[in-house]
Amino acid sequence: MGPQTDDRVLGGRPFSTLHFGLDDVDGVDPRQRLVVVGNGMAGARVVEEVLERGGGEQFAITVFGEEPHGNYNRIMLSHVLAGEEHEDDIVLNSHDWYADNGVTLRAGVRIDRIDTHAKLVHAADGTTAPYDQLVIATGSRSFIPPMSGLHTHDEQLLPGVFGFRTIDDTRAMLAAAATHRRAVVVGGGLLGLEAARALQGHGLHVEVVHAGTHLMNQQLDADGGAILRRSVESLGIAVYLATRTTEVVGPDRVRGVVLADGRTIDADLLVIAAGIRPVTEVALMSGLEVERGIVVDDQLRTDDPDVYAVGECAQHRGELYGLVAPVWEQARVLADLLTGTDPTAEYHGSRTATKLKVAGVDVATMGVNRPERDTDEFLVISEPRRGVHLSVVIRDDQLIGATLLGDTRKVAFLTQAFDRGTPLPEERIRLLVDLSDGAEEVGVAELPGESQVCNCNGVSKQAICDTVAGGCSSLSGVMDATRAGKGCGSCKSLVKQIVEWAADGDVLEDPTASWYVPGIPLAKPALTEAIRTQRLRSVSAVFAELAPGGQEDAKSKMGLTSLLRMIWGSEFEQENDAKFINDRVHANIQRDGTFSVVPQMKGGVTTPAQLRKIADVADKYEVPMVKVTGGQRIDLLGVRKEDLPAMWDDLGMPSGYAYGKSMRTVKTCVGSDFCRFGLDDSTQLGIDLETRFQGIESPAKIKMAVVGCPRNCAEAYVKDVGVVAVGSGKWEVYVGGAAGATVRKGDLLATVGSAAEVIELTGRFLQYYRENANWLERTYDFVPRVGLEKVKQVLLEDSEGIVLHLDEGIQRSIDAYTDPWGQDGRTPATPGQFSTALPLVELPKVPVR
Amino acid sequence: MSLTATSTTAAHVVGRVEDVPLGEGRAFVAGGTPVAVFRLRDGSLHATQAACPHAGGPLADGQTDVNVLVCPLHLYTYRWTDGSSPSGVTGVRVYPVHERDGALVVEVC
Ligand code: SRM
Ligand SMILES: Cc1cc2nc3c(=O)[nH]c(=O)nc-3n(C[C@H](O)[C@H](O)[C@H](O)COP(=O)(O)OP(=O)(O)OC[C@H]3O[C@@H](n4cnc5c(N)ncnc54)[C@H](O)[C@@H]3O)c2cc1C
Ligand code: SF4
Ligand code: FES
Repeated sequence: MGPQTDDRVLGGRPFSTLHFGLDDVDGVDPRQRLVVVGNGMAGARVVEEVLERGGGEQFAITVFGEEPHGNYNRIMLSHVLAGEEHEDDIVLNSHDWYADNGVTLRAGVRIDRIDTHAKLVHAADGTTAPYDQLVIATGSRSFIPPMSGLHTHDEQLLPGVFGFRTIDDTRAMLAAAATHRRAVVVGGGLLGLEAARALQGHGLHVEVVHAGTHLMNQQLDADGGAILRRSVESLGIAVYLATRTTEVVGPDRVRGVVLADGRTIDADLLVIAAGIRPVTEVALMSGLEVERGIVVDDQLRTDDPDVYAVGECAQHRGELYGLVAPVWEQARVLADLLTGTDPTAEYHGSRTATKLKVAGVDVATMGVNRPERDTDEFLVISEPRRGVHLSVVIRDDQLIGATLLGDTRKVAFLTQAFDRGTPLPEERIRLLVDLSDGAEEVGVAELPGESQVCNCNGVSKQAICDTVAGGCSSLSGVMDATRAGKGCGSCKSLVKQIVEWAADGDVLEDPTASWYVPGIPLAKPALTEAIRTQRLRSVSAVFAELAPGGQEDAKSKMGLTSLLRMIWGSEFEQENDAKFINDRVHANIQRDGTFSVVPQMKGGVTTPAQLRKIADVADKYEVPMVKVTGGQRIDLLGVRKEDLPAMWDDLGMPSGYAYGKSMRTVKTCVGSDFCRFGLDDSTQLGIDLETRFQGIESPAKIKMAVVGCPRNCAEAYVKDVGVVAVGSGKWEVYVGGAAGATVRKGDLLATVGSAAEVIELTGRFLQYYRENANWLERTYDFVPRVGLEKVKQVLLEDSEGIVLHLDEGIQRSIDAYTDPWGQDGRTPATPGQFSTALPLVELPKVPVR
Repeated sequence: MSLTATSTTAAHVVGRVEDVPLGEGRAFVAGGTPVAVFRLRDGSLHATQAACPHAGGPLADGQTDVNVLVCPLHLYTYRWTDGSSPSGVTGVRVYPVHERDGALVVEVC
């Protein structure tokens, strides 16, 4: 969508001119004439609701809209501006829709005035149209606060200045975003912040100037506003509060703005999102009662009995609304009245509850945001570091307001309580935090003994308590004895709590907790140091030199193998017995002792030739199941160990490392090559990342994804490293995400300007993680443990002076990469490497499906 | 009444010592009984039933140290001394095993 499409009619018909309907054959049509002025969200909704009630029989409907387009979803303009949504996808009612429903749409025609006596509307093009019933739905426009230098001599906005209300505004901003570099957004409310975030996504440097003392002051209290400000600033958007823009620096185009305190900000793009004003000129010109908006009663009638007003232009019981929810309610009431479906229908105002995402931050608000009376209860939970601020206001046991910032999990219950007056829990805190999701939070004391704590290994609370009672009172001891917490690990913190509770505080300080592996009493940094200085290149050498009594430990071997490989690269001395079976045979062991074979399929991209080979191999070796994995490649499951080398040979494809604690896959979406939304070549970048980091071993597995736009089709937001194209050659790099047993959205590490920078930064992050993470610690634990700020400082600002070292470290591992399938297939590493370990005679114990 | 032990033990040559690489395990059949034989890095030999009593895991693919064997499927551990499990589950059967002229001899009953 560039300037070339700028005058394309949205939701229009390719070749049509204006469509004239039944009102031209006046007199023949027995139906009443319903005219709607304004083809926005309210006007079009009224028409829809009327039609739904069979109003097409009663009325010949004509809609006038100043915009040339069909009706579109104005709310989605921020997404269009952000490049997340294509403008064609926000059309609600196209020109065809009107024609198909027998509604005359006069798009691109402004109404100047209504003659309420003659019951005629006068359009700007000189035509008139008679009505029996008239609905005014002219909406709002951007409020442009007074500032000098804003207009050119002919009263046009200076080039580079934009409001944010219509698709045309949005198109113009998109076109400008491609060529402009510094934007100032006037207004720190919903619209301003959305615009700021969207423009930043296009690579502009963005600053927000807000007259209020805190951001979104309509919805948030000062504390909430302060927290939102931190979140916004952490995105790299500067915020100026409590100051106005008094002057625009010109004169031919925007060059900057001057603030009330005299400061100047350079800018070549200026967005004005300082609020909205109802469009009331038509009503004023026609002698209808107008205060701030067009005054209507509970039946949405103006002071003329046949003229109604709905939407943002209407003022009802003194209120003006700026959100769509009230618009929908009004449209329903009006349709009931017009069609006679419910002649007593009334509108009594809306309790506005909104759930929004502002600049990537979840916000939900309803009712009041602070206590108003001495007896009001007010509960606040504020976690500035996490960007969370939650509050509720309760009066006489009823919820009268709630504000949720950064965490809107409780919004469903709160909205219900707010709308319907559902009874509130005695413990008010339960309104804001879920004390009952997950047994973990119930409080371990109340948990019944038989309740299963570890689902993977089927361990009950009682079993844990019994073990503690039996004299075992360290977490690791209990975990070893019961296996609780040793499956997926998600119950570990619950197990810990139960052990603490059962031991009555008498828990043994677990010295092994800080060790990298259980068999060597050293934390990772000391262990690494010892391995380096003593030049220990094999796992047996590490045990001999560093383990107590030189004793080896089975459960430490895999972690040590990984660490040594990272430290020594190709100088590492392999020992097969120090590897887990998966790593010995380069395949993943299955429940019946067979293996799975997952060939590399970089970025999820394959070829007919590859597919043919896979099919042939599956046939030849009678593979029981061929499955497309969640990692965008193909898994051949149930393969006999003996067949592995021959299969690899026949496949002739490298290993996909689906078995290792290593880099697994890089998922991609189709990106700009094929997708109509693609902002960049995500597929190629995914392939490049996988090529560079294939098989790199690490403390735990690493999964990556690259997507071509924030729709996130390949789930990059929930990967250890996730890369998101944001347009203009820029990419966002997220780290620490996961969507397995733990679901965590990655943290934005940086937005960089090229694919090469993504690759460089990814390598640095990987190496930093490899060197500092504990054994089996996924990035979703590592990043929060170290802290995003610290990670940023180390990787982006080189605060520890180790970036060069990290680059070298990862390069060493990359250079040491060899495809294990090509390597071990021909000459086995040890005798009988691929001989079966399956029971060689029928055994009743083996589970059969 | 007298207690009479009626078990008969038979020794079987299952293979050569070098068939089991140092530190690893391999599966064999000893007179119809599937067994897993391990040769630790200290040179000692151990033999257990081939399938894990937990869920049939291939024990020969497990990892070892001087004290225990770890099953590859769910990482249950079993002691060499008597096959009992520190994890508190049913133990494995252990069989006497020794080397005779480079041959692996396992005694099953
Ligand atoms: C094959 C596959 C399922 C499928 O049929 O689609 C799969 C299969 C297994 N997953 Fe997975 N995971 C597969 C995609 C995923 C994904 C999806 C993804 O990668 O986008 C996830 C969630 C993403 C994530 O990890 O953040 C996933 C989260 C897990 C987890 C949870 C890890 C965590 O820390 O939360 C485990 C357990 C673990 O690692 O300890 C696991 C473990 C396993 C193991 C390795 C279980 C095991 O230890 O044997 C399964 C091996 C089966 C086999 O022999 O191949 N798998 N697993 C997928 C292989 C993808 C690939 O091509 O490499
Ligand atoms: C960028 C953006 C994001 C938003 N996000 C949200 C959100 O997340 N949630 C939410 O609830 N609300 C949001 N809103 C507000 C929401 O869009 C409005 O509440 C809603 O559009 C109001 O509907 P309306 O019909 O009253 O006004 P509009 O949709 O503005 O429609 C009025 C129409 O009347 C036409 N018109 C005006 N005068 C005349 C005339 N004289 N003759 C003919 N036609 C005329 C105008 O051209 C316009 O098309 C957002 C608004 C914007 C701009
Ligand atoms: S493939 Fe993954 S989700 Fe499925 S059973 Fe195995 S570990 Fe569980
Ligand atoms: S099968 Fe051996 S531990 Fe489960």
